[in-house]
Amino acid sequence: MSDFAAVARGVTKRFGRTLALDDVGIEIRAGESHALVGRNGAGKSTLVSILTGMQTPDAGEVSFFGEPAPPVADSSAWRRHVACVYQKSTVVPELSVAENLFINRQDLGGGLISWKRLRREASSLLETYDVAVDPDSLVSTLTVEQRQLVEIARALSIGSRFVILDEPTAQLDGPAIERLFDRMRSLQDKGVTFLFISHHLQEVYEVCQTVTVYRDARHIVTAPVAEMSKPDLIEAMTGEAGGLNVPSGDDRPSSDDLVLSVSSLSGDHFSDISLAATRGEVIGLAGSASSGKHEFAETVYGLRKPVSGSISVDGASVRGGDVPAALKAGIGCVPRDRHHQGLVLDLSIAENATMSTAGAFVWPSAQRSAGSTAIASYDVKAAGPDQPVSDLSGGNQQKVVMARALAGDPSVLVLINPTAGVDVKSKESLLGVVDAQARRGKAAIVVSDELDDLRVCDRVLVLFHGQVVREFARGWRDQELIAAIEGMSSE
Amino acid sequence: MTKAMTPPVSASAPPEKQKFRLARYQDLALVPVIILLLIIGAILSPIFLTPNNLIAVLTQQSELSLLVLGQAMILIVGKMDLSLESTVGLAPALAVALIIPSSAGGLDVGLAAWLALPLCILIGVAIGGLNGFLILKVGLSGFMVTLGMLTMLRGLQLAITEGKSLIDVPESFLYLGSTTWLGLPAAVWICIVCYAAGIFVLKYLRAGRSLYAIGGNSEAARAAGIRVDRVVWIVLIIGSVLAVIAGILMTGRLGSVAATQGEGMIFQVFAAAVIGGISLQGGKGTLFGALSGVLMLGLVEQILRLQGVSGFYIKASYGAVIILALIVTRFATGQKQE
Repeated sequence: MSDFAAVARGVTKRFGRTLALDDVGIEIRAGESHALVGRNGAGKSTLVSILTGMQTPDAGEVSFFGEPAPPVADSSAWRRHVACVYQKSTVVPELSVAENLFINRQDLGGGLISWKRLRREASSLLETYDVAVDPDSLVSTLTVEQRQLVEIARALSIGSRFVILDEPTAQLDGPAIERLFDRMRSLQDKGVTFLFISHHLQEVYEVCQTVTVYRDARHIVTAPVAEMSKPDLIEAMTGEAGGLNVPSGDDRPSSDDLVLSVSSLSGDHFSDISLAATRGEVIGLAGSASSGKHEFAETVYGLRKPVSGSISVDGASVRGGDVPAALKAGIGCVPRDRHHQGLVLDLSIAENATMSTAGAFVWPSAQRSAGSTAIASYDVKAAGPDQPVSDLSGGNQQKVVMARALAGDPSVLVLINPTAGVDVKSKESLLGVVDAQARRGKAAIVVSDELDDLRVCDRVLVLFHGQVVREFARGWRDQELIAAIEGMSSE
Repeated sequence: MTKAMTPPVSASAPPEKQKFRLARYQDLALVPVIILLLIIGAILSPIFLTPNNLIAVLTQQSELSLLVLGQAMILIVGKMDLSLESTVGLAPALAVALIIPSSAGGLDVGLAAWLALPLCILIGVAIGGLNGFLILKVGLSGFMVTLGMLTMLRGLQLAITEGKSLIDVPESFLYLGSTTWLGLPAAVWICIVCYAAGIFVLKYLRAGRSLYAIGGNSEAARAAGIRVDRVVWIVLIIGSVLAVIAGILMTGRLGSVAATQGEGMIFQVFAAAVIGGISLQGGKGTLFGALSGVLMLGLVEQILRLQGVSGFYIKASYGAVIILALIVTRFATGQKQE
């Protein structure tokens, strides 16, 4: 028996051209709660999928309690070693709690399913782990908290003594988070090991003993939580900026001409936000996923209906919740997710780029030449305007979305995660477009989790629980901004 | 980075020679098959290539083709409408029943005979509108709503007519169903005009292109400023109206409204659309393709008929031919039919 519940050494994993993990390791001592933190794209979820046997590493080895990991094909062996509670539920909502606990072993080894026995086993299992849930109720009727507890109980009942919690607190409220932590501590006393993944650093300090930081697919540091101050931790997560050639735009001409004015706008997940953008101004919006920043931006573009408040462009008021009205008023948008909202993948580049602006008549030749213009203007790597966008790489697809947003020459640009999932070169060229638009006297709102995207902004507003809590002028330090996003004071 | 990014830059790319791309000609994938069928027909039967025979094929297919036109647009926008086939029967039956006296099987309302056509169209608008309301505003499953509507409308027709055929058909119907313009039956002209208009709209009008955007990715269409619900609703209404026109032509051609008018057509409608390259998942296919699907089925049917295949076998062989046609199309276009 080894001292370590799980050890990974020299793990490398590539997806196509992307290096997801670069020779990383982790050593999780038995009986501890070990935190794994890092920014988006740091490689956390890839490591989780390797530790749970969902993926095979290209190089490196994994072992549990000193034994080498089973082959990937043997999923039941993996489940005896390690269990993972994902953000997304892995229970079947329309089946009962009892059946979910013993899913795919409902017969309890007997061949025929005895529902009475199944229920008895389920209640004794729930009792062992002190989960106050009726085994007969459907999982779909449980709260997120109860569902997680059922998943944890199921994992432990299979025999696993090592549980990975992947952002378990993301959907829980304060008291539920506290109850989850209490339970983690008591299970830990019984010898269960946890790998805890969270974006909220405060929680790491509350419940974990050791922390490992990944950044850009590399292992940065592993240290006892007690020896790691918050600023050190944030610095380890962000590292030095550098690497990316992003226009800072501090030499952009400024103006007092108001273009966009949003006054006390309230809507889904945000309330009473006012904002004014002048010609040539780029405003960044930062905040955690639940901060309401996406919803605010989508409301400005009319994708969501506001509850109250008003939006106006160049002095003219814009009808809320009406995308065509927003487009007409001069608002262009790169929506949150290009696959979901940005593109019709089977249609051509030309057709996608002109979708918002086409007149009543669509002449294929005019459309094609508009497509060629977009390809040339935004540096899209493509065979021609007739090529379906499904053929393009992520970065080039995003440029087509950008082309569509800018096709009507809008005076206000709303960009939501404009560089999500694109490579460095495309990132530079997309942010270059934002800078160029601002220099032409357009206003822009950039909603992003990426610090590089926010660097192009003249000021950055930080949202927390649907309200603007801080504003940073150009020249903010990464640590300050991240601390504000994570809801901590920077000191 | 100060690379000039200022759009719009005029496209300076040279007009590169388009390489031959099969995908661009997918529309025409069935044309060789149709030509092959014409040759086979000509070999098997000396009268096959005579104008009269070919016009007969077109006339027989005219009603189906209008249903396929409507269904193809509804499929492209990402929905489906099973109730089209009962609309074919109910709309003429209800309109006629509102006009003729009860002695002839009517409802004794006694509306003027000239109202027959406008009434029919109005009934079509109402059915399509109701389908749209239930699917888009109430949020029900389109498949189930139109399946329910299929049964309900058929039942309504039986209730109104007490299961009998209505033979006292207005003049306007008989005229449209029997007259010829410039040597071709009016029904064929109506189909030509409807298809020409449909092909033009779906290729050259923004409203028509929005069908593909909605069927391909309705969220993206919404984010691009397309009024998704409105477009889908209008397409459902147009589909029902086309089904009504098919019903009028059928009534005029046969001189009566049978209680089973249109029954069983929906299967052929889907078959022709899918053979013609319309995706059941939405966003893909062209109306020209759908039309060639209709023509292909019509030619096959006529060949079977001229060969004197026994009436007992014709249904089975027709079904087999549709499956065969799907297989041929699958390999002719190289695409999976989802």
